Amino acid sequence: MTSQAIAEQPMSKNSVQQKYSGKPILTMTGVRGGYGDADILQGVDMQVTEQEIVVIVGPNGAGKSTAMKAIFGLLKVRGGSIVVNGTDIAGWKPNRIVQHGVCYVPQVNNIFREMTIHENLEMGAFLRKGDISESLERVYTLFPDLKERRNALAGNLSGGQRQMVAMGRALMLNPSLLLLDEPTAGLSPKYMEQIFEITRNLRDAGLSILLVEQHAKQALAFADKGYVLAAGSNRHEGTGQELLADREVAEMFLGG
Amino acid sequence: MPFMEFVNFYLMPGIVLGSIYALGAVGITLVFGILRFAHLAHGDLATLGAFAALGVVTIFGVSPWVALPVAMVVCAFMAIGIDKLFYDYLSERPKIIVVMSSLGIALMLRAVVQVVWGVDTETYTRGIVRPDDYWGIRIRDREIYTIIAMFVIVGVLWAFLQKTKWGKAMRAMSDNPDLALLSGVDNRKITMLTWGIVGVLCAASGFFLGINTELKPLMGWTMLLPMFAAAILGGVGRVEGAVIGGLIVGIAEETSVLFIPGEYKAAMAFAILLLILLVRPTGLLKGKVL
Repeated sequence: MTSQAIAEQPMSKNSVQQKYSGKPILTMTGVRGGYGDADILQGVDMQVTEQEIVVIVGPNGAGKSTAMKAIFGLLKVRGGSIVVNGTDIAGWKPNRIVQHGVCYVPQVNNIFREMTIHENLEMGAFLRKGDISESLERVYTLFPDLKERRNALAGNLSGGQRQMVAMGRALMLNPSLLLLDEPTAGLSPKYMEQIFEITRNLRDAGLSILLVEQHAKQALAFADKGYVLAAGSNRHEGTGQELLADREVAEMFLGG
Repeated sequence: MPFMEFVNFYLMPGIVLGSIYALGAVGITLVFGILRFAHLAHGDLATLGAFAALGVVTIFGVSPWVALPVAMVVCAFMAIGIDKLFYDYLSERPKIIVVMSSLGIALMLRAVVQVVWGVDTETYTRGIVRPDDYWGIRIRDREIYTIIAMFVIVGVLWAFLQKTKWGKAMRAMSDNPDLALLSGVDNRKITMLTWGIVGVLCAASGFFLGINTELKPLMGWTMLLPMFAAAILGGVGRVEGAVIGGLIVGIAEETSVLFIPGEYKAAMAFAILLLILLVRPTGLLKGKVL
């Protein structure tokens, strides 16, 4: 089926819609786009519902991070729709998307190195007016390590702590949808487990999370839903457990 | 040579000149840190500030100290206007084009000063001011005010950058522009804010050069090299580094006449610039950009 056809009849195609009946936070339908003239995304469909962790996995170059950047307005979307909380945000600028309740943690360069942990979190709340102490307290409760070192320069922290600063910064706006681009890349297994645990805690606290992850097995084990992308379009979808059990998926992407 | 003679004739004038350089170097470092280009119109914007103050003094007959805030406002709006008309228009182009356009702006600003005020040397007040003696240190009031004003202006700027929401946003923009945008910082507003501050700093450095020496259409242009040397010496992007760099360049220029002919004084800044680029290109306080 071409992406055009998908765009025209999203409901009939999207079996996921019926399978998971929570309130949809993000619905991508037939999204096409890329950086230059060529489309990297060849029609991607995805849905994240309320209080759900959705993992995108797939081989290198499948368009996982690109799909995430498309949601956040960091590349040209040439087709399809990206509906967040009932509004199509395709083509919006990132600073407007932030105000719409979507926060994004890039894979690299995701902290202000020359600023303290505390200032990094304050910058996360830049768009908010009024008191932010409650959100600060919440982030410090989630990441106790950060509270201890709140006045340390973020650039001097270890990789795992930097990732916590980056996630903390994104949480300061109390988003309804959090986009995490490979949050565990380059981290030790200990930090990886810690980041995954925090991700689960955030979900349990009511947040919806879309996650791109290289550690596919570990991530699918706790994900509510997973999408396997290949060559810029959907290849498989299902619950985390279903994907882990799928022979084809296992052979193709999970190393047997 | 007696020690007090060294202090009175070389060190104190060096600190005064260094304070003037520091005010300019802080502006240069802000433009480089946040907007990422070398602003060659910096000196001539300082000239405009000095002459704007002169205009206020001659028209209203007020003290130069009253004219300084007016000149600061004029320069701030001038800098914001120049950015809107020229630099912002070129913002998507390679930075070297913006640098070259700032050279053009420098020539335009100087031409404006020459058309409005002529090419003659001017002063804010006539007459000779003799230095007062403070426990053997001979210094003029205006020199004391220059040094104090530099520390106050830079101190206020430092507090603004460290403590306020918009100051932190400026540092964030300098640190990681992409992430600042993702955090919802409007880069247009930060750019305008930066130019406003740079205009104020330019006016101050031009004014203090004018009040301690004379006003000439070329006064700012000749300060450009020492101011850049100061900014690079201190570490580009570092406000406190620019102050240290400015003081070092100023003192080095004034004390250099002990060893080399006075006509070569201006070469000191160039020598310092070459040395720091060879030995420690990131500057004394590790700069961020270079």
